[in-house]
Amino acid sequence: MPPDTLSDSPESDVTSAVTFKDTELTLGIPGEPTRSPAGKFCTKRGFIETVDLNLRTSTSKPRGKTHADEVDDKSDDVVSGACKTPASKTQVVGWPPVRSYRKKALESCKYVKVAVDGAPYLRKVDLETYNSYQELLMTLEKMFTCFKIRGNYLGESKVIDPMKEMEYVPTYEDKDGDWMLVGDVPWKMFIESCKRIRLMKSSEAVGLAPRTPPRCTTTT
Amino acid sequence: MREERTEMSKDDDRSPPLDLRGADIAESSSKTRNCVTGSGHVTGLNPMEFQAPYPDQVLENVLENVLQFLTSRRDRNAASLVCKSWCRVEALTRSELFIGNCYSVSPRRATARFSRVRAVAIKGRPRFADFNLMPPEWGAHFAPWVAALGSAYPWLEKVYLKRMSVTDEDLKHLAEYFPCFKELVLVCCDGFGTRGLAVIAKKCRQLRVLDLIESEVAESDMDWIGEFPECGMTCLESLIFDCVESPINFEALERLVIRSPSLKKLRLNRFVSIGQLYRLMVRAPQLTHLGTGSFSLAEGVAHGDQEPDYESAFAACKSLVCLSGFREITPDYLSAIYAVCANLTSLNLSYANINAEQLKTVIFHCHKLQTFWVLDSICDEGLQAAAATCKDLRELRVFPIDAREDSEGPVSDVGLRAISEGCRKLQSILYFCQHMTNAAVIAMSNNCPDLEVFRLCIMGRHRPDHVTNEPMDEGFGAIVKNCKKLTRLAVSGLLTDQAFSYIGRYGKLVRTLSVAFAGDSDLGLKYVLEGCPRLQKLEIRDSPFGDAALRSGLHHYYNMRFLWMSSCRLSPQGCREIARALPRLVVEVIRDEADVIRGECEEHIDEPFDILYMYRSLERPRDDAPNFVTILH
Repeated sequence: MPPDTLSDSPESDVTSAVTFKDTELTLGIPGEPTRSPAGKFCTKRGFIETVDLNLRTSTSKPRGKTHADEVDDKSDDVVSGACKTPASKTQVVGWPPVRSYRKKALESCKYVKVAVDGAPYLRKVDLETYNSYQELLMTLEKMFTCFKIRGNYLGESKVIDPMKEMEYVPTYEDKDGDWMLVGDVPWKMFIESCKRIRLMKSSEAVGLAPRTPPRCTTTT
Repeated sequence: MREERTEMSKDDDRSPPLDLRGADIAESSSKTRNCVTGSGHVTGLNPMEFQAPYPDQVLENVLENVLQFLTSRRDRNAASLVCKSWCRVEALTRSELFIGNCYSVSPRRATARFSRVRAVAIKGRPRFADFNLMPPEWGAHFAPWVAALGSAYPWLEKVYLKRMSVTDEDLKHLAEYFPCFKELVLVCCDGFGTRGLAVIAKKCRQLRVLDLIESEVAESDMDWIGEFPECGMTCLESLIFDCVESPINFEALERLVIRSPSLKKLRLNRFVSIGQLYRLMVRAPQLTHLGTGSFSLAEGVAHGDQEPDYESAFAACKSLVCLSGFREITPDYLSAIYAVCANLTSLNLSYANINAEQLKTVIFHCHKLQTFWVLDSICDEGLQAAAATCKDLRELRVFPIDAREDSEGPVSDVGLRAISEGCRKLQSILYFCQHMTNAAVIAMSNNCPDLEVFRLCIMGRHRPDHVTNEPMDEGFGAIVKNCKKLTRLAVSGLLTDQAFSYIGRYGKLVRTLSVAFAGDSDLGLKYVLEGCPRLQKLEIRDSPFGDAALRSGLHHYYNMRFLWMSSCRLSPQGCREIARALPRLVVEVIRDEADVIRGECEEHIDEPFDILYMYRSLERPRDDAPNFVTILH
């Protein structure tokens, strides 16, 4: 079971940092060339590179909240043309027949809790309001402004020294109860499987081997 | 014709027969009743309208004493048809009044006929309105009822409303008119807010039951819980407010619970954290029904800080049989409920996004479970676990966590089959899925002969059997054929007229039928209207049934509570024909609000419409219809 405790003394980073350097984790979907952008301190790819990679390969689209019940598709369901074959995937008003009360209630249960190591408070986010990892992370950064989230600045090549600064790696617990690194899977798959998010101290992220979808093999 | 009258289903609230001549009977009986006063004594003649005691009077008194014992609505309706005398006496002894359609009879007429009512139940909007198929503000206002009830039944104790529009003002009147008021149950209602609740809490000193179920409660900053009287014990037995989407004054609630030793049912809303739940549970270990609220920590509280012993709180509730809530569940806390699982007869996890593993830890203890509501996040595997343990299951509802046509579909025919094999006593099922097979549905029809309610929602429209690629006709056909007690059916998936032929041929007890995106031609609807003599409620959307099919039901519409048809192949002309053929039917056509605004002000009677909603009524068409409703004649 993943650790739930948030507080951790900073001193422990010193000892773990030694092994961290040596581990040289590689991330990403096997098959993709592991890139080592110039200027990076360690071979572990920064978060944002991972995100970029996934965005190219994924078909993540905005979740189409506009297709929700509010849209009046009834112009399609005019008297004379009742029997439609579902050529398009547009959502039809009132179908499936789930009451809006229940739909709303389930939305709020789809809110995901965000914890940050060292912070005494939790926050909640509705993943469906974001369209990409970048958007999510920017929001998280705003929520927890005193914590620097690694790799959050798009385009900047940051030199990150995990020993000096308190860097946090976004991780999440998926449907199966496993703790994963945020960014590994396509965005759409992520929002469907993410149960909660934890911004883990970089030093602790050492032990977190990247998991990939079952059909792929992982290299460490 | 007479035989059909006596076979009216128990949903029928009054005795008017097919041709509604009964309306006259009801009128005249109330006149002659004046000479027998409310007390029913032989000697108690109204001095204003003296009439010599008639021979039947002794018989009537005997009858009155006997009819007191009739509780079933259906039996009472039958008794009231025997003769005028029986009708009169039955009306005197009916204490529970059920109005299945608030527009089928006027408040004045209902209160005139039944003079000693203590409990009233009224249903309003059609069910398909729940799914945003109709503009809001269609009607079903409680206001005219509360006024009539107020003058007719000052001793009124119970009000049950479903799909009605209730305002704060109405609630205020309720509290004012009825000093003995004891029970208020609002199901799927709207139009009121916490202000109305505050008045009820404050003024109804004998309140035993305040149940708000799936109702929309307008938010305001009114602390309604705090309005319950602060001193002395309350008689509160049931307090259900899990649908209230605004925070409550927890301290006031805690004090209320402490002062309510009779409290048996408590269902909290999602603004009550697990820590607060604990505090309430230790105060009320006598609870039988508990809705847990959020079942997670309050925002801002970190896990691990000295937390109370939730397990012991649950263990102390030895009478707990019904558990629900889990609105924002932190699955780690599920283990707290293990102690009560063995006694549970009802478990509602339908707001809890948990997986199969998490469910298994709970369900394996639930040997006595009879009612189980759950989200499809538990997958087929979770259903298999339930099937393995819950041998006494009577009612199952599996809701979709992602209610869209093209979503993942974690449950399927596999889960359905497993349930059918494990839960042989199943009586009622509601099952949302993406894919289904005829074989699994047929299996259920064979394994579960006690089924009375079968509602299968294959979320993809027109989707065939995903293995054979055939329509789902055979599956549903098997259900109507093999499940001899079936009274309610909802169909989905790819269905041809053949499916409806089966329903018409075998569905002799079916009272409620829901159809969506199904059928090929008018024949489909014809089969049903001609074949199902008990049909009371028929709701159809997006199916190719036209005027000819509508005509084929003329012989039956007076027997039905309502017919809803939206986005079918009806024409205004066809509907008008029905209205003219059946004068006691109210034929409403409902258009899109936007169309109405754009169009002209007068009745655009020949323009296409979206919805046909028709129902029998003893009254003239209602006068509170909004502008998007046209009543045909």
